[in-house]
Amino acid sequence: MTEFLLGPFIEFAFMRRALMGCLALSLSAPPIGVFLTLRRMSLMSDAMSHAILPGAAIGFLVSGLSLPAMTIGGLAAGLAVALLSGVVTRATLLKEDASLAAFYLVSIALGVLLVSLRGSSIDLLHILFGTVLALDDAALVLIGAISATTLVWLALAYRPLVIECVDPLFLRLSGRASTVTHLSFLAVVVLNLVGGFQALGTLLAVGIMLLPAVIARFWAATLSGLLPVAVGAAALSSYAGLLLAYHRDLPPGPAIVLTAGVIYAVSILFGRQGGLAWRIRRA
Amino acid sequence: MTSSAAGGTAPALTFRAASFGYGGRPAIQGVDGAVMRGEVLALVGPNGAGKSTLLKGIVGEAARLSGDVDLHGLRVRDLAYLPQQPEIDRSFPITAIEFAATGLWRRLGAFGRYRPEHRAEVADALARVGLAALEGSLIGALSGGQMQRLLFARTLLQDAPLILLDEPFTGIDAATEADLLGIVGLWREQGRTVVAALHDLAQVRAAFPRALLVAGRVIAWGDTAAVLTAGNLARANGRELAPPADPAADAALAALGAT
Repeated sequence: MTEFLLGPFIEFAFMRRALMGCLALSLSAPPIGVFLTLRRMSLMSDAMSHAILPGAAIGFLVSGLSLPAMTIGGLAAGLAVALLSGVVTRATLLKEDASLAAFYLVSIALGVLLVSLRGSSIDLLHILFGTVLALDDAALVLIGAISATTLVWLALAYRPLVIECVDPLFLRLSGRASTVTHLSFLAVVVLNLVGGFQALGTLLAVGIMLLPAVIARFWAATLSGLLPVAVGAAALSSYAGLLLAYHRDLPPGPAIVLTAGVIYAVSILFGRQGGLAWRIRRA
Repeated sequence: MTSSAAGGTAPALTFRAASFGYGGRPAIQGVDGAVMRGEVLALVGPNGAGKSTLLKGIVGEAARLSGDVDLHGLRVRDLAYLPQQPEIDRSFPITAIEFAATGLWRRLGAFGRYRPEHRAEVADALARVGLAALEGSLIGALSGGQMQRLLFARTLLQDAPLILLDEPFTGIDAATEADLLGIVGLWREQGRTVVAALHDLAQVRAAFPRALLVAGRVIAWGDTAAVLTAGNLARANGRELAPPADPAADAALAALGAT
């Protein structure tokens, strides 16, 4: 049993690296996901993860499957879209998700087109679905740095972020914290998507951010409960997904996100906060 | 322009030919006058008279189209403003006491330590509005009246010298209204300046010594008894009464120059 549960990680360095990368992501992305879902911005993070694709693709065009080039490209594109949409939302009447929905399809079409200009369909698969089993030192350091940055930011921005979520007008009238909070939040979302993109690819990076957050809604009632539950759900999905991928020879990115999907389904049925089983029992 | 019936000597808020509106169209214009420090002023007028716009104009949420608003050294962030329909996300999972504590934001900022005395201050504010027993409830579980009590608790904690309330007693039960009116009385005793948009004239007559009657412009401004006359109210509602119903009110109006 121990062999089954721990063996792959003891035996293979690439499995340990994959686990470390995913656990680092599990610490930072899910809390951001909790705030995204509470602000009804889930769709926006999805759109943003797609916006990263053309940026990463330009990096790929310039220097092939190189981590720094694709990261810088993805970061630049993601931040540009995030800040632009933030400005558009604040300056016009357009709702945030509406201003982002436009980017969604355009970005993915552009990204796939750009990669196809030079790369093979294997390259495209790597970019879309990640290479969690091939994380090198540079990628691990990048993910770790993103995770640490996010946690520090959360500590600094926690109060204004909560006020911005509950009563945006109140924060807006209380000084300049509102704009700073909102824009830095968007930047942190992009950072985590770029981190997730190394491991899970542009299409699934948002999975480790949002699925744990919606899982947590079924188990915790308060914000201080939601955050640890989401982190726990992400860590569990990472570990179980990697194990499943190893033993069943499945692609690891989808395995991790699907594991989170299974936990989500179980939570819908049995979650203490509004799970179906509890509703039926009460009815 | 206004006498200082509430005992204040210095103005807290001065309008100079100020107009406010949206998209370039004024909702209320030509507002001229001052609210004295420590004054508790009722802002009254028919629906669409520009009461909310005037309050929003003070905090910059409605555009100032012309004229000037002087806060006499205060910044917007120093005011407390309670809108009629706050953009509050009631589904956000925080408790009543956590919500009330956001009133300390200006004082604590992002890093200020939340000390035991702050905790005690928040608990005291909740007790004052009658929510002590519900401090651990999620804000989504509160009734409309309880939510309004909670908003008053947050406003108490803001410790603002100038408090703007937009229809604070609309849609709440009589007991809550009486309690919250008591809080306004407390602010008055503490010498804070309060401007409240209201529609219940009996309440204004009973609890607000000063009144400002508007209908897209200022109809009358002064002591409540002199402002809420039949003649003024008729003019606010768009019906001119040929002979003024109340000579005293007419004199007051003339003195105010608000014709």
